Amino acid sequence: MIPAAVSIQNWGWRHASRLAWALEDVTLEISPGERVLILGPSGAGKSTLLQALAGVLGGDDEGDSQGTLTVDGQDPAHQRGRSGLLLQDPDSQMILARVGDDVAFGCENLGVPREEIWVRVREALDAVGLDVPLDRSTQALSGGQKQRLALAGVIAMRPGLLLLDEPTANLDPSGVAEVRDAVGRVLDQTGATFVVIEHRVDTWLPLVDRVVVLGAGGAVIADGHPGVVLAERGAELAREGVWVPGHPPRVSLPSALPAGADLLDAQNLATSRVRGIPVGSPVSTTVRAGEVLAITGENGAGKSTLALTLAGLLRPEGGRLRATAELARGLGDSPIAWKSKQLLERIGTVFQDPEHQFLATTVRRELEVGPRALGLDPAEVDARVDDVLDRLGLTRLERAHPFTLSGGEKRRLSVATALVSRPRILVLDEPTFGQDAGTWARLVELIGALRAEGSAIITVSHDAEFVAALADRTLTLTAGSAEVAA
Amino acid sequence: MSALAGTAPAVTARSTAVIHRTNAVTRLIVPVPLTIVLLLTLDWVSAATALAALAVLLPFAGLTPRQFWLRTLPVWIAAPLTGITMLLYGRPDGTVYWEFGLAQISDGSITIAIATVLRVLAIALPAVVLFVTVDPTDLADGLAQILKLPARFVLGALAGIRMIGLFLDDWRALELARRARGVADRGKIRRFAGMALAMLVLSIRRGTKLATAMEARGFGGTTTRTWARESRLGRTDLALFAIGIVVSVIVVWTSVATGHWNFLFG
Repeated sequence: MIPAAVSIQNWGWRHASRLAWALEDVTLEISPGERVLILGPSGAGKSTLLQALAGVLGGDDEGDSQGTLTVDGQDPAHQRGRSGLLLQDPDSQMILARVGDDVAFGCENLGVPREEIWVRVREALDAVGLDVPLDRSTQALSGGQKQRLALAGVIAMRPGLLLLDEPTANLDPSGVAEVRDAVGRVLDQTGATFVVIEHRVDTWLPLVDRVVVLGAGGAVIADGHPGVVLAERGAELAREGVWVPGHPPRVSLPSALPAGADLLDAQNLATSRVRGIPVGSPVSTTVRAGEVLAITGENGAGKSTLALTLAGLLRPEGGRLRATAELARGLGDSPIAWKSKQLLERIGTVFQDPEHQFLATTVRRELEVGPRALGLDPAEVDARVDDVLDRLGLTRLERAHPFTLSGGEKRRLSVATALVSRPRILVLDEPTFGQDAGTWARLVELIGALRAEGSAIITVSHDAEFVAALADRTLTLTAGSAEVAA
Repeated sequence: MSALAGTAPAVTARSTAVIHRTNAVTRLIVPVPLTIVLLLTLDWVSAATALAALAVLLPFAGLTPRQFWLRTLPVWIAAPLTGITMLLYGRPDGTVYWEFGLAQISDGSITIAIATVLRVLAIALPAVVLFVTVDPTDLADGLAQILKLPARFVLGALAGIRMIGLFLDDWRALELARRARGVADRGKIRRFAGMALAMLVLSIRRGTKLATAMEARGFGGTTTRTWARESRLGRTDLALFAIGIVVSVIVVWTSVATGHWNFLFG
């Protein structure tokens, strides 16, 4: 395998149906064997650039291009397999049902002879350290294992250029380390040219020898040795939303007040997604006004299921969940028995995947759904919507379709849809997953402000910084038990 | 995230049963001659003969009794239902026992009803029994390599099937999200329509992501594809085909010899 050379000259791309160029006038040379970390604010077109290098951006019907972009002097779309791309979402990269078959898939497409395919499959699984039988179901793997499997599928094609698009954004801390170490091993073995996009710089810093910073629109604004670029541009990058070591996002929080009234009380609460199949073990805790309760723990411990049960969305499997009179305000004490509309002003939920909760065709209409369901008069609806639009920095986007927003914007909109109904309790499921430092800081400040206003916050998170910044109490779930730490 | 993904059929366990030495495509095609024969005639003897043959061969199908009853349950429910229809509305003949409007139970309709129930069972059971042990990946390999169906189409469908588990997760999340957004009190039908639309959008987005991931692994290129798993026909396949033909011949012979054969399209 010979490492590939990348040459990008005044290159640009505009998606069909868009007026603005996603990327414009990008110029960048990457020598064979270089390991490059590309940084830049959300919406700088980094993913588009990577897809172009992988040759999967599509033809003329997908959009217009300008300038030239080549891998080894040729159009990457015409040399499949020369570049290998690993994407963010583990679930949409599992193509076949069995581990061995999934790794073999790329080799088959490249026309590799059968005997050689299986040699490559074993080598690739070895390189990523995935020691499972070839006929293991791909569904049975953890998030980190799935990403390592996808990586194995990519390197089995023996690409000269390895491209990673935020491959660890959806993983818990142990999964992140698993994938990073596997990539390190692969690079040491193959010597392939390496390009990674990620806004958590510290994850990849040990592996890269060059950092390129793209500005909005794709112009290269810094380029060089990681130490030098980060020393010179660290503060500026941090302001643009990049996670730079030594430049933690700055947040100013109002001082936390003593906790207020009890709102929810859980006693030996057992939870389940499917009735009769409990997840994790029973939990006892209290949710109080003006307090942030963080639910942490490993994958599969039942964090999300507990949060959705506390939110009145899933029926408790066992034990008791009781709403106090303060929260119920005239309704019965069991949140699952409340009507959907009655839930709105009492408990709001922000789902892990924002797309699951979008209902309308514009940002503004999306925010009107809750207040309208509450039967507020039009003037009040407008006032509330304007208020949250402003508060979450979405005013500029009020006429955009929710699905067309960037990851950070979608997250802010999903939080806004819950806030606009002014619930006493706000439940958030992994709100900082895959978010840049800018959105992260904004979320932390917003939640701090809500707490100071007397809201109760329940958040599922395995983001240690987020929990450290906000949690008044932490409920740590393990597959076996739950512990509360003050 | 994928709490329900595990409920989708991902990998079919391969037992050591002899049936697993036959190709998935064989198992798909073997019941065809018998089905044609049973469609040509409507008599209880041919269907009963086929069922008797199935009973003899069932122990070699690689199914546990529990699997057999569970997987064929829909057939056992559907067959009597078609029988009842024939019983009430089949062409009247001989003594009429009961009458209500257009419905008539007679000697003729009783005979047709019995024959129909047996025929539905005799057509559906072999196909189901042979097909439930088929692994989707093996079938795709066979369809592409033996029947030479286009690889693009076969593998696209295969990858799509694998997403069913994710769709179930999405659907449940959509339900919860609608309750959380305050719109779950409205009419069920309207909400269902809204969710179906949202589901369509999510599916397309998942499909697009999957397509990008597949393309990134060289799928859809101009290179002629190779196959990591060879799909071929062997002696066991020949044997299974032979069994299928022999059973069909026995069925026709028994029916004709006993004078029950009646050509439906004669």
